[in-house]
Amino acid sequence: MSETWDIAVIGGGNAALCAAITAAEAGARVVILEAAPKPYRGGNSRHTRNFRCMHDGPLGPLVESYTEDEYLADLLKVTGGKTHEGLARVAIRSSEECLPWMQDHGVRFQPSLSGTLSLARTNAFFLGGGKGLVNAYYRTARKLGVTVLYEAAVAHLERAEDRIVWLDYTHEGKNHRIHPKAVVVASGGFQADTDWLARAWGPAAKNFLIRGTPYNRGVVLADLLDQGVEQVGDPTQCHAVAIDGRAPKFDGGIVTRLDCVPFSIVVNKEAERFYDEGEDVWPKRYAIWGRLVAAQPDQVGFVIIDAKSLSLFMPSVFPPIEAESIEALADKMGLPPDRLRATVDAFNAACGDTSKFHPTELDGVTTTGIDPPKTNWARPITEPPFYGYSLRTGVTFTYLGLKVDERAQCSVGNRPVANLWAAGETMAGSILGQGYLAGFGMTIGTVFGRIAGKEAAAHANAS
Amino acid sequence: MQMLADLIAEARRQAEICNACRYCEGYCSVFPALHRERAFSDGDITHLANLCHNCRGCYYACQYTAPHEFDLNLPRALAEVRQDSWKAHAWPAGFANLFDRSGVAMAALLSLGFALMFALSQGMRPENGAGFYAYMSHGLMAAIFAPAFLLPLAALAVSLRGYWRTVGGGAVRWADLRGALASAGRMRNLKGGHGDGCNFEDEDRFSHARRHFHQATLYGFLLCFASTSSGTVLHYVFGVEAPYGLFSLPKLLGLPGGFLLCVGTAGLAWLKTKADPGLGAPSAWGGEMAFVLLLFVVSATGLILYAATGTAAVAWLLPLHLGTVLTLFLLTPYSKMAHGFYRLAALTREASRRPAEPV
Ligand SMILES: Cc1cc2nc3c(=O)[nH]c(=O)nc-3n(C[C@H](O)[C@H](O)[C@H](O)COP(=O)(O)OP(=O)(O)OC[C@H]3O[C@@H](n4cnc5c(N)ncnc54)[C@H](O)[C@@H]3O)c2cc1C
Ligand code: HEM
Ligand code: SF4
Ligand code: SF4
Repeated sequence: MSETWDIAVIGGGNAALCAAITAAEAGARVVILEAAPKPYRGGNSRHTRNFRCMHDGPLGPLVESYTEDEYLADLLKVTGGKTHEGLARVAIRSSEECLPWMQDHGVRFQPSLSGTLSLARTNAFFLGGGKGLVNAYYRTARKLGVTVLYEAAVAHLERAEDRIVWLDYTHEGKNHRIHPKAVVVASGGFQADTDWLARAWGPAAKNFLIRGTPYNRGVVLADLLDQGVEQVGDPTQCHAVAIDGRAPKFDGGIVTRLDCVPFSIVVNKEAERFYDEGEDVWPKRYAIWGRLVAAQPDQVGFVIIDAKSLSLFMPSVFPPIEAESIEALADKMGLPPDRLRATVDAFNAACGDTSKFHPTELDGVTTTGIDPPKTNWARPITEPPFYGYSLRTGVTFTYLGLKVDERAQCSVGNRPVANLWAAGETMAGSILGQGYLAGFGMTIGTVFGRIAGKEAAAHANAS
Repeated sequence: MQMLADLIAEARRQAEICNACRYCEGYCSVFPALHRERAFSDGDITHLANLCHNCRGCYYACQYTAPHEFDLNLPRALAEVRQDSWKAHAWPAGFANLFDRSGVAMAALLSLGFALMFALSQGMRPENGAGFYAYMSHGLMAAIFAPAFLLPLAALAVSLRGYWRTVGGGAVRWADLRGALASAGRMRNLKGGHGDGCNFEDEDRFSHARRHFHQATLYGFLLCFASTSSGTVLHYVFGVEAPYGLFSLPKLLGLPGGFLLCVGTAGLAWLKTKADPGLGAPSAWGGEMAFVLLLFVVSATGLILYAATGTAAVAWLLPLHLGTVLTLFLLTPYSKMAHGFYRLAALTREASRRPAEPV
């Protein structure tokens, strides 16, 4: 590649595109280096459905209002206080102007999806989901003259003192070296590198499924951390949920999630229950089940429900395994039949009055005298046919990342790297220490992608 | 009335994935209809297939298209079922295969029709008569075209009754029909939920090109139809005979109608050459193209015929034009021409199920 670039943007997801578009609009010559082939462009962003947006009064598809303080309080709740408040406020405040900016750059919104009414006030849904968003941004970027290279995997950034002096990538089987004036890293986390996950988590991680793209392997992240660029978070932190055990290893996306746990009992491969399935409403609990399942033998779980619960939750991609008796179901699922029978019998015996059962509220219909208890929606499993799903841990993203400041700039020691910015998943750990708030990933990517693009362009234009 | 099980099964497989995803909910009427169900009967799938306008929004936005193993291509799966549903409901059933051979059937009928008209206009040329009637008497034209128009419509009515039963439709309410007509009139489902249009000729770029060309075709056809009807009324009710002047109702309706139909079909054919055939039913492509071209020839020969009034060319232009019209009429129940009827039925059915919202 003989051309010279002002700015190289590493990655092809939401954060990368927001940065590239902003920089190109500021007059910079921009190249996007996307590791994935075109059909898989867009990283984890192609799997998303909404972003969380502050707003004072109705805005686009969003109803009522959602203030900065309420947004921040929601964030502090899920992270248990482990939030960088300064950066979080930057993300929250800017989210409001992001929505019209997104519309101006081709993104279209739709009303909150059926089954997700609880998010109608806080989260703006993309029409066609994240791939629709990514498609629109690629079209906009192309119109602005941004060059996009697919199957262009960045292998190394060379740091000398406080600058990145070149970067190496492969493209169409060849190695290339370019010397851009500025670099924006937006290449996501490292969750698709299961060896790295296994080093942090132990061998159990080999059994995890990766919900999103196989291309986020943390190559650039590792390369920069090795060269002393400031790190944030630790490699054991990741967002993981329990998903259908039959999901593909990568890219299963949203359709593999299972919402039936509150109406079920969940057992491990010894057919024993291990946690209160009815602790809270599912949106508040689904993120802990990834870790719960990860802690079980072989990292698998099995959800058992009966006929009366089948229509209480959103359908998922694979039909449940079905049988006329508990023993037959155990057989089909590879569980010890007598043990499952005993577990179900014990659970059923512990159920009491179910007349107050209410599927969408904490109904207090609880078990008595078993451990672990089921504290809501505890109805005996008695009505054939019986249904089962297997569960595995599905990793959404990792938190280990590059530490950035309010201008999205990376640093070495306490000095900024003069021409290096980071946006999106790869720096999200700078804001969230743990936990996750639905729709905040895309907010971080959009806000800091735009900041990084603007700063990088200013740097390139000045030099 | 047997539909192909594997086509339905494939559409059902995909619909179940969409039902777990729902990201495309806002694009069209198909998704809200789909999300209402948990399990899909054959009738449900047939209904969804005829509701789908093949706008392709849900293909380009889908994170599960090939090479992903889920291999989503809902526009194609529904197009295949749709095409099959028209064949399965064709009456008499023996003609169903014409759907697969529309091009051949049209060419054959066209030659036959032309030959017949030519022979009649030469052999049974009236003693007196002005304009076209110098070649063929009004009585003879009516004797040919009244049955050629009404019999296919009757056959189509039988098909539609069968279709209505398949999708479990109930009594037809006027309000539902009105809702369907309003939706078809604006081609709401080719607008995309955002109003930016559909994806067709240039991958994931949204445009109104297809919608606008279809509008031209649809309204052009309706104007031409109205023109002929007004002529019939003038003839039988008011005793005013053709040829009609430029400012008569048949001409005021027919000229813009013919022009719109010409432009619309030319545009649709052009777009079709640029679009990815893999997002429709590939086996139906030829027949669809033949249908678009037939409509083009109907309108083009009609306009040329008008321009050629009084010249010797009328001797062969008239039979050619009448031959194309005859072909179009006769094949209505067994060609793409049937789509308007089935789609109206699907929109009506949908309106009856979601009374408060537009379809
Ligand atoms: C199933 C699923 C659903 C989700 N739903 C939501 C949601 O609804 N709302 C929300 O806010 N968040 C959601 N998230 C989280 C969200 O996806 C991320 O927060 C967000 O997409 C991160 O954007 P990004 O641009 O930083 O990374 P990505 O979109 O993952 O982009 C990273 C890019 O970097 C490329 N890349 C990686 N390594 C290299 C390399 N060495 N060289 C070149 N390119 C490289 C990748 O190919 C990819 O294009 C979801 C995640 C998943 C998995
Ligand atoms: C009555 C309501 C009608 C509806 C709802 C309707 C709907 C549609 C839709 C959704 C398409 C695109 C998808 C497809 O190819 O199947 C289409 C294509 C088409 N329609 Fe219609 N239509 C109607 C009436 C008509 C009429 C009256 C005509 C003209 C006689 C017409 C002519 C065409 C043509 C030529 C195509 C293009 C086929 C192609 O590209 O392959 N339509 N119609
Ligand atoms: S077409 Fe794809 S993105 Fe759209 S609803 Fe279906 S599965 Fe989801
Ligand atoms: S192709 Fe268009 S009309 Fe058909 S289902 Fe997809 S989005 Fe709806």
